[in-house]
Amino acid sequence: MIPMQADHDFQPPDWQTSGLSLYAKTAADVERALARPQRTTDDLMALLSPAARPYLETMAQLSHQLTVQRFGRVQQLFAPLYVSNACANECDYCGFSMSNRVRRKVLTAAELAMEVAYLKRQGFEHVLLVAGEAPRVAGVDYFERALQQLGPEVAQISLEVQPMSTEDYRRLHRAGLHAVLVYQETYHRPTYHQYHTRGNKADYDHRLAALGRAGAAGIHRLGMGVLLGLADWRLDSLMAAHHLRYLERRCWRSRFSMSFPRLRPAEGGFVAPHPLSDADLVQLICAWRLFSPDLELSLSTREPAALREHLLPLGVTSLSAGSSTRPGGYAVEPDIALEQFSIDDNRTLKDVVAAVQRLDYQPVWKDWDPQLHVSK
Amino acid sequence: MLTIANTSFSSRLLTGTGKFSNAGIMLDALASSGTELVTLALRRLDRRDRDAIFEPLQAAGYRLLPNTSGARTAEEAIQAAQLTREAMGTPWLKLEIHPDPRYLLPDPVETLKAAERLVQLGFIVLPYVHADPVLCKRLEEAGCAAVMPLAAPIGSNQGLVTAPFLDIIIEQSRVPVIVDAGLGAPSQAAEAMERGADAVLVNTAIATATDPVAMAAAFKAAVDAGYQARQAGLATPGLRAAASSPLTAFLESGGDTHAG
Repeated sequence: MIPMQADHDFQPPDWQTSGLSLYAKTAADVERALARPQRTTDDLMALLSPAARPYLETMAQLSHQLTVQRFGRVQQLFAPLYVSNACANECDYCGFSMSNRVRRKVLTAAELAMEVAYLKRQGFEHVLLVAGEAPRVAGVDYFERALQQLGPEVAQISLEVQPMSTEDYRRLHRAGLHAVLVYQETYHRPTYHQYHTRGNKADYDHRLAALGRAGAAGIHRLGMGVLLGLADWRLDSLMAAHHLRYLERRCWRSRFSMSFPRLRPAEGGFVAPHPLSDADLVQLICAWRLFSPDLELSLSTREPAALREHLLPLGVTSLSAGSSTRPGGYAVEPDIALEQFSIDDNRTLKDVVAAVQRLDYQPVWKDWDPQLHVSK
Repeated sequence: MLTIANTSFSSRLLTGTGKFSNAGIMLDALASSGTELVTLALRRLDRRDRDAIFEPLQAAGYRLLPNTSGARTAEEAIQAAQLTREAMGTPWLKLEIHPDPRYLLPDPVETLKAAERLVQLGFIVLPYVHADPVLCKRLEEAGCAAVMPLAAPIGSNQGLVTAPFLDIIIEQSRVPVIVDAGLGAPSQAAEAMERGADAVLVNTAIATATDPVAMAAAFKAAVDAGYQARQAGLATPGLRAAASSPLTAFLESGGDTHAG
C-alpha cells in the first residue's frame, strides 16, 4: 500500500471575511494576478471577483494557452452510467430526492452488462458510475461487484456516489477503481444544511473529508465540484480552491479534476437561488485554469451544445457526451423518464465528436490502462 | 550516428506522440522532424482495436519507444512494461515513473528499482530521471541503454534550467544522454546538443505549436546545428580583448620606479 497522510481536518476559511476581501478586489489586483507566472488563492480571489469581468477576453486567451501547453489539443471523452436512482437523501434540487414519487431502479448485473455493452459499441473506454445515495441497496458491496464485472470491459472506471470510509475506498481501489468524485455542492454550511435536509448527506463534515479519505486509500484521481447556483459561486469556488490546495499537499500522488454542474430544472421545480450567467461560467472556468494549470476541467451535457462548443477551448479538458442521466437509459429501457436532471446537449455522440474535431481537438477515448494498476 | 543498444540512428531528435490535434498532423510533424525513434504511452493505446496512432506509426517504419507514463511505483511500471512488450512487440522502453501528477517529476527510488529488474527481464531501458548525476551513474551500472535527464518539468517550455547538472552527467556518462522534457524552443535544443547531449526528446513544443509541421522542421535544423557545432569544436567564451587598458597602461609608458 502506498503510505499517505490521513488527516482530514480541512475547514474552509470564514465565508463573510472572504467575501469582504473578494468583493474589495480592484482592477489593479486583477492585473497583478494576470501578470504572475503562478497564482495563489489571493490571486484567484481577484480573478473570481466582479473586478475581473472587463478582463474576460484576456483571461480566456491565457486560459486557452495554458491548457494547450499542459494538455495538448485533446479532449477526453467519458460517459456517465447511472446504476441507481434509489436515494435516502432529501436534496431540494435533485430529481432523485427520496420524497419524489418516481419509480426507483437499481441495475442488476445483467442490466449493467447491457448498458456497458451499449457504451462500448459507441467507443467509450471511460465510464463514470453514478448513483443516488442508498447504501442499503447500492453500497460498497454493490460497487465492488460492479467494478469486478466491468473491469475487463473498459479501461477506466470512475465513481460518483455516496462518500465512503477509507477502508471502503481501499476495497474499491483494489477492485480497480480509478477515480472518486464527491462534489461538496456548497461550502457554505448554512446553505448546505438548508438544501440537504435528510439522510447521510445532511452530514457536511463527513462529505467534506471524503476526498481526503479516497486519496489516503490510493485513488488516482479525485473529482471536486460546486453545485453552481446554490450559493454565491465566486465564494464557493474560492472555498473549493482552498480545499484543492489542502488536498494537493496531502494526496500528492493523486490528480484532481473540477466539474462545473450548473443547476438545471429538475423534478420538483427547484429554482436556483444564485443563478450564473454564461459570462459568469466563462469567468469561472478561466479563473480555475489560471489558478491551476494542471487541473482537469470537466464539462457535462447539462450545458447546451452551442455553449459547450464555445467553452471547450477555454480550458476544458474532458467532456461527457451522448449522456443519459437515468438508470437503464442507454439500453435497458431507453424510453422511460427517471432522470436526475435534464440535459441540454442532446446531440448524439457522433455529433459531439465531429464538433470536437472541427474545433481542432483530438478526441481521446482511452487515457488509462488497467495494467498500470497493481492491486494489493 | 547515434547508437543506443547497438541500434544506430541518424537522427538525434526523439519525439512524442501526445498532444497533437489529430493523427494526420502528428504523422506529418514526425516526418518533418526526421525522427526515427518515437515514444507513445501505453495508457493511450487501444489494445482491443486497431489503434489510430500505433498502427500508422508502425506502418511508417518508426522505431517505437513505449512509455510507462501513469505508473506510480516500480511494480506498476514493470507490469505495464511487460504488457507493452507484448502489445507493441518491442523490448524498448522509456521508463517513466512519476507519482506526482502535477509536475510529473520522476521518482528516483522507484525508477532505479524498476530499471534493475527490467534490465534483468531483457528490456532495453531508457529511464526518464532528474538531472541527477549520481542517479544516472547508478542507472548506467544497472544496465540502462541510455539516460534521459530532464531539462525542466515536462511541458514547461522552460529550457535548460538543469544545465550545470546536465554538464556533469554528459561528462561522466558512458551511455547516451538524451535530454528530455522542458525544451520549449529550437534554440534550447541546439544548446543541449552544443553542451554535448547525444540527443534530445521534444514533444509539447512541436505538438502545441501553431504549425507543428514547421516547428518540427525547426527543431530538426536546431538539433543538427547544435550537434555540428559541438563536433566542430565550439569557441570557448574567452576574456574580451580590451581596446585599451586604462588601469595598467602606465606600465607601458616606461620609467619603472625600481629600474635604475
